[in-house]
Amino acid sequence: MSDLGSQRLKGRVALVSGGLRGIGLACVERFLAEGAEVVLTDLEAEDGTLVGETLGRLGQAASYVRANVTSEEDWEAVLDAVTRRHGKLHILVNNAGIDLTGPIAETSLEGWRRIMSINVDGVFLGVRTFVPLMAASGAEVAGGASIINVSSIMGLVGLSEVSGYNASKGAVRLFTKSIALEFAEKKMPIRANSLHPGFVVTPLLKEGFQRWVDKGVAEKPQDLVDLMSSRTPIGRLADPSELASAAFFLASSDSSYMTGAELVIDGGWTAQ
Amino acid sequence: MKRLEGKVALVTGGTSGIGAGAVHRLRAEGAKVVFTGSNRSAADEVCAATGAEFVSHNVRDGAAWDALSERIERDHGRLDFAFANAGTEHGDGSVEDITLDGWENVIGVNQTGAMLTVQHAMRLMSRNPGGAAGSILVNSSMNAHRAMGNFVAYSVSKAAVVALVKSAAVHAGNRKYRIRVNAILPGVVETALIRNLIDTSGDPTATRAAYEGLSPLGRMARVEEIAGLVAWFASDESQFVSGSEYVIDGASTAGMMGV
Repeated sequence: MSDLGSQRLKGRVALVSGGLRGIGLACVERFLAEGAEVVLTDLEAEDGTLVGETLGRLGQAASYVRANVTSEEDWEAVLDAVTRRHGKLHILVNNAGIDLTGPIAETSLEGWRRIMSINVDGVFLGVRTFVPLMAASGAEVAGGASIINVSSIMGLVGLSEVSGYNASKGAVRLFTKSIALEFAEKKMPIRANSLHPGFVVTPLLKEGFQRWVDKGVAEKPQDLVDLMSSRTPIGRLADPSELASAAFFLASSDSSYMTGAELVIDGGWTAQ
Repeated sequence: MKRLEGKVALVTGGTSGIGAGAVHRLRAEGAKVVFTGSNRSAADEVCAATGAEFVSHNVRDGAAWDALSERIERDHGRLDFAFANAGTEHGDGSVEDITLDGWENVIGVNQTGAMLTVQHAMRLMSRNPGGAAGSILVNSSMNAHRAMGNFVAYSVSKAAVVALVKSAAVHAGNRKYRIRVNAILPGVVETALIRNLIDTSGDPTATRAAYEGLSPLGRMARVEEIAGLVAWFASDESQFVSGSEYVIDGASTAGMMGV
């Protein structure tokens, strides 16, 4: 039995980048179920079909702003939208991200800069943009405001031919610790923690597995799902909702003494 | 419906501190709770306040574990959550000064006691009706990663139990059990034990400030703040988490100690 629908986030406002799919969407759905109002950002046009369908399903407490996480101007527009609609922000999930695989000798500088720009600059800009608003809003709620940066187990351990993704997710891990220390020392009511998912069934994972299939690593994506499941102590891949349940804990007052921490949700992968 | 309704939980060292806080929170969320310890009068208070069930029990005693396991299986028919919390610093010292008795006492309770808790919990959970499933949580400490010079056995034992949960998590996977095993690593928590250390230190103001200063938040944790994480691990919310160590220390170990 989960805590779904506890309304423990009633009166709180959350922002989730990359909120239309995967872990981001699962966080949006969970925060809404717990009573929060949620703004989601992604790259789709505001009048696009996916946005319309998603908002129609999520209901009135959700709203959407098209924003590229690498753009300072777009983040300013998101800040304007959140300020106009809600006037506060308690929860920020920096989730938008891409992956990059390939041998280092064949990795282009353009590709390297693109993943750093989305996975690292995007987190930095999200935090910098919202720190003043979250410091003010955090003072209103028990446990303060909460920043949740989505890293990965690839931010903890290396994998061959994943150097760009490894580097970007490692950066998110230590960026999060530094801002946690800064907010604590300055008595700002904002906590910051990182999430480290293992293999989660998301569109990003499916696209990545398809690329491996195209390279001849496996015959079909399901073979890779089966392989990864068999190598995970828990014996399966994660559902995005299992990341959202950790994000919900970090968003709620229950995690009031948790800051600068890293929450690994990987079915035991990195323990072995 | 409460989050832990229908679940049976075991908490070792539940008569005071984080353990008692965990008993309160697990009961409030609907779990049936059996807790252990040696302080009967403190246990009576926890029972009266929460409706939990107390068993006088020493975590280092293998025969006592067999009896406790039989009792849980007979009375409740299952075990869903175990919190290996019992711990001590009694007899500890620096590596240069600690006595062998002191070392064996701390290692016996904190390390061997935790292993016996995980072992018996896993055996019980492997026989749960509906299949092998459950959640086992060990109370480590931030000292697993940042050692104290004057508490060698405590520091060693808290690091050891992190390896314990990883080994147990991998084993559960090998056996195809749906049993997850994790550790929490709290910072300094303002328990009665810590308050007593402060009050009897000779300079309570300075001692309190020293404890509070270990966290950049400038305060110790409240017992309730740790109990919230314990309850999360007891719930189905943590179903994909295994072999993990969750630090909950107000950023005490996020940076360089002493800066």
